[in-house]
Amino acid sequence: MSTDANSLDDLKSAATDAAEVPKESATTYVPFYKRVLAQKQGKIGLIITMVVVALALCGPLLLPWATGNTATEFVTKPFSPYGLFGSDNLGRDVLSRFLAGGLTLIVYAVLATALGMIVGALVGMLAAYIGGTFDAVIMRINDVFLAIPQLVFALLAITVLGPQGWVLVTVIGLTHAPRIARVARSATLGVITEDYIKAAEMYAMPRWKVLIRELLPNITGPLSVEAGLRLTYSIGYIASLSFLGLGLQPPAADWGLMINENRIALSIQPWGVLLPVIAIALLTIGTNLLADSFARATASTSVEA
Amino acid sequence: MSTKTETVRHDDANEPNEKIVLRVSDLRVLTNAGDEILHGVDFALARGEILGLVGESGSGKTTAGLACMGHFREGLKFGSGSVSIWPRGDATHLEVGELDEVALRDLRGSRIAYIPQDPALSLNPAMRVGEQIREVLDIHDFGASDRERADRVAEVLVDVGLPGDRAYQRRWPHQLSGGQQQRIGIAMAFAMYPDVLILDEPTTGLDVSTQSVVLDTIRQMTVANNVAGLYITHDLAVIKDISDRVAVMLRGDLVEEGPVSAVLERPQHDYTKMLMAAVPDLAGRKTIGDGAAEAKAVAEADEKTHILVSTGEPGGSADSGEHRSDGDARDGEAASAGERDGGAASATAPLLEAKDVALAYGKAQILDGINLTLEPGECTMLLGESGSGKTTLSQCVAGLNDDYKGSVRLRGTELARSTRKRTNEQRVGIQYVFQSPFSSLNPRRSIGQSLTVPLEMSGQGTAASRKATVEEALDSVRLGRTFYHRRPGDLSGGERQRAAIARALVNAPSVMVCDEITSALDVSVQASIVALLRTLREERQLAMLFVTHNIALSRHIADNLAVLNKGKIVDYGPTAQVLEDPSHEYTRALIADVPKF
Amino acid sequence: MFGKVIGKRLIFSAFILLAVSLLVFGATLLLPGDAARAILGQQATPERIAALNEQLGLNDPAWLRYLHWLGGLFVGDFGTSSASGGPVSELLGDRLAASFILMALAAIISVPLGIGLGVYQALHRGKRRDQTMTGISLVLASMPEFVIGIGLVALFATSVFQILPAVTLAPPGEPVWNRPEQLILPTLTLVLVVTPYIVRMMRATMIEVLDSGFVEMARLKGVPEKRVIMRHAVPHALGPVAQVVAIQLAWLAGGVVVVEFLFRYPGLGQALIDAVTYRDVQVVQAISMLVAAVYVAVNLAADVVGILTNPKLRSAA
Repeated sequence: MSTDANSLDDLKSAATDAAEVPKESATTYVPFYKRVLAQKQGKIGLIITMVVVALALCGPLLLPWATGNTATEFVTKPFSPYGLFGSDNLGRDVLSRFLAGGLTLIVYAVLATALGMIVGALVGMLAAYIGGTFDAVIMRINDVFLAIPQLVFALLAITVLGPQGWVLVTVIGLTHAPRIARVARSATLGVITEDYIKAAEMYAMPRWKVLIRELLPNITGPLSVEAGLRLTYSIGYIASLSFLGLGLQPPAADWGLMINENRIALSIQPWGVLLPVIAIALLTIGTNLLADSFARATASTSVEA
Repeated sequence: MSTKTETVRHDDANEPNEKIVLRVSDLRVLTNAGDEILHGVDFALARGEILGLVGESGSGKTTAGLACMGHFREGLKFGSGSVSIWPRGDATHLEVGELDEVALRDLRGSRIAYIPQDPALSLNPAMRVGEQIREVLDIHDFGASDRERADRVAEVLVDVGLPGDRAYQRRWPHQLSGGQQQRIGIAMAFAMYPDVLILDEPTTGLDVSTQSVVLDTIRQMTVANNVAGLYITHDLAVIKDISDRVAVMLRGDLVEEGPVSAVLERPQHDYTKMLMAAVPDLAGRKTIGDGAAEAKAVAEADEKTHILVSTGEPGGSADSGEHRSDGDARDGEAASAGERDGGAASATAPLLEAKDVALAYGKAQILDGINLTLEPGECTMLLGESGSGKTTLSQCVAGLNDDYKGSVRLRGTELARSTRKRTNEQRVGIQYVFQSPFSSLNPRRSIGQSLTVPLEMSGQGTAASRKATVEEALDSVRLGRTFYHRRPGDLSGGERQRAAIARALVNAPSVMVCDEITSALDVSVQASIVALLRTLREERQLAMLFVTHNIALSRHIADNLAVLNKGKIVDYGPTAQVLEDPSHEYTRALIADVPKF
Repeated sequence: MFGKVIGKRLIFSAFILLAVSLLVFGATLLLPGDAARAILGQQATPERIAALNEQLGLNDPAWLRYLHWLGGLFVGDFGTSSASGGPVSELLGDRLAASFILMALAAIISVPLGIGLGVYQALHRGKRRDQTMTGISLVLASMPEFVIGIGLVALFATSVFQILPAVTLAPPGEPVWNRPEQLILPTLTLVLVVTPYIVRMMRATMIEVLDSGFVEMARLKGVPEKRVIMRHAVPHALGPVAQVVAIQLAWLAGGVVVVEFLFRYPGLGQALIDAVTYRDVQVVQAISMLVAAVYVAVNLAADVVGILTNPKLRSAA
């Protein structure tokens, strides 16, 4: 639509007098964040994410009861004199453990996503920009990594290195990288044929500057979508590993682990399972909604550009 | 916007008469948001006649054409007005707007057929071409038997000049050339002997020679089948070639309508006049882009500039080039400053010289022994159809393509193949303007930022002086310095191309390479850009290599004309000489194929 | 010609599997210091460690062990489980069949369902039902599989209704398909996880195809809408969607792990979790290779679909 409007403007100035100096037209540029927030998905996603993150961040500060306290007489009771949501399989306060249990998950997920984004985007951009053998080799290596599902890869790493935090973050981050690299590469390939890249090359702009100044700003759209998606997946994988008992180890308070420990008693004391399940669900829905709104915001620029 | 513009009519053919097959009256089309796109359009199509519907992009010509078929693209809807059709054999007329889905489908493809703009996109890539023609016959229950339908497919293929045999019918669209694909489209349209034909820029993507064949086919088929045609195009030259009547559209209004000769020779509406003035003519009788004031002064003044024709002295000048190159490297800087009064070096060596430039990718010889020279202030047009290697050549000159053999010399000094390896002065000396203004400016950076890059990279001046230079350049392309902080997305195509030209000017080059810089633009914008280039040449003594596929522009911009065919220069000399006395068969064919004005 | 392209892909697939085997085997070399001690724990006697080293062949150089292991893979010898002491292949035999049933059921349901819903949405794009379905698929696609699984358990097996078994009831040794009702929830979980991706991709591709020139041309030829969709549009959307389906099916091979653990389903996933917990390297290696083989196989299938639906690729081949 807007390209039509452009040519209409052209026509207007042309119609009156071909040689006339073109008139100044109003700016149509809308910043990315505004385009994100202009959408329902963007707003809802941001609010949900903020609420869960705030809960996880501030939770440890407002614990009603210490997370390790056990009171055996209250094992697996829906409601206890201690807390609103009762106690878990060892008689620990569910609400306290719930409030304390999100922080590590979120921190790990963010770190893993950041690691994957940095490595993946860099490798993908370089592969597309340098091309040739380098590109071919990188892409073949990528294919190999893609053949093993991320969760299986993580399990392999945990078998060898044990269920430490850094192992989780590193292996999830590094297995994101080939997938992100693919996106970054194809986005870069789309931009690299544009004449403004050739123009920069023509003026002998240093190559790193071409990457940073000309390329990167034009692929932030797809990259931000990818970051949102990868964050969603990171949360899912790390929570899944904890759920499998291969992430954070007892007696740590963690949502995934809480679900694992309490799921047998789902019918007697649902809160021990449902609270963390709802929190994880909300968090992933929130981040995924954000990713979706990034995608829509990106699509609207590409129409404009 | 809803007020209806009065259409200038040259005759009363639009009044009811028995020849009329389709009549559109007071047609209004809205966007889903309710904005009016067509503001009440009236025209009529008569049997055996083609009405050309002309307009620039955004004028609503395609929307009007599709509305005749009761089709509206995503986001558009019918407003008011009527489209009536009188099918052959029917006593009464049909009102297209009142038909239900089924009746409309019966009409489409059988009574009204459509020939689309881009055959490559409009043929189903996963269906054999014969099957796609057959599909029309099957849907509309042509004939009585399979045999009859199969015969009709073969017959209509032969009619459009393609082989009708089984083997050809079993081909996939991607196995055909662009011209052949378009003829499949035409065959599909004529298969059911339609009454009305809507042709939506059917030759836009094709080369001039292919275009003329396709136009012939259309013309001949229309007359033979006694069909009423609506030919939608932006190209006035094509209109003159193919249509009997013409209607001019401007932003959703029909401003002028009448017989071709009347409208094109005696245009009444201001817009038509402007449009006619903007169309380049091969004869170069008018000056496009501004008033008739400066006329052909430029072309005549440059009569005395010496031209090295490609066939001349192969060995000799290469040697003398070697001798000079030492001294020239030192002189480079001085020459770029005092180039106007012509230093010792530039008096003997041409400003820009391409010698034996060749380029091959595997077996494909893209360029083959190209020799070209350019003197200060001179403009050479490099003319070629798609695939001739013209863009490759211009990119070799600019150092964007470093796979070539042979040499490119600037003031006698041989240049490195890649811009990155050329010296600062050499890079500054040759500037390149890209074809598409929609791709040559980084959408994320302001015009000012993009235009500062050449200065930054050549290390000239301070931040303040660079800004001043950029603003000056913006002034000289008639954009104005208010554009400094704007982004490409805010600019129209013409404005962007001006900004791109300004980027090439900031370094005060001596040679500017313009690669098809007007081909993505509407004809009126093209005219204004050509006028701008003429002015710049005079103001700055700029030498120019103007690359284009449009031979009609030659007299309007170029002193010399080099015709490129399949990687070889087949004709080279002063523009007038090449046009009037072409030495090569290919050039003669090109000139003959250009729709004349 | 067609065979040549497929042959090329086959060779490429073999290369991928070889590289994966290097990766999987190489990872075990990272085992800290003394692998046998890491497995047996600090209290292990030197004799036991030596015996285990001998048993695992850990005294040989790495490349020799790799070749030995790789050679074993070809004849179905996946090594010896350090946890059970028996051959890995024996341990995995029945479980492979159980997992395969689950994945096949999920695939058979979700692929046609996803394609159908995607087409339906594309045809009604912008309308309320399209938006609602987009919202639902977005929400489903966000959540990790165990969250969806627990949601289903809470809904159908414990708190709300109690109509389906929450865990697998079959005693060890009994084939899982003897009690079909225990397959319902695990399958449903996988279907709910996989389908949204297929729906979204199919919708996007269909919309693109519906906007293309040849679909408009078909409509302007007077082709009835049903034929426009089935003959002109859908075949073009299948090629790209096949790729997504392949990725999803390959993902099933990993996602099944969590679902099996949740439902205590006696499949490969359950075996993998046990192996990871006991650091049973041979079993983890074997399952990783099996999963990679599934990935390679479904991708090959997707390539075939892609080539079959695109005459350009077919004739260029």
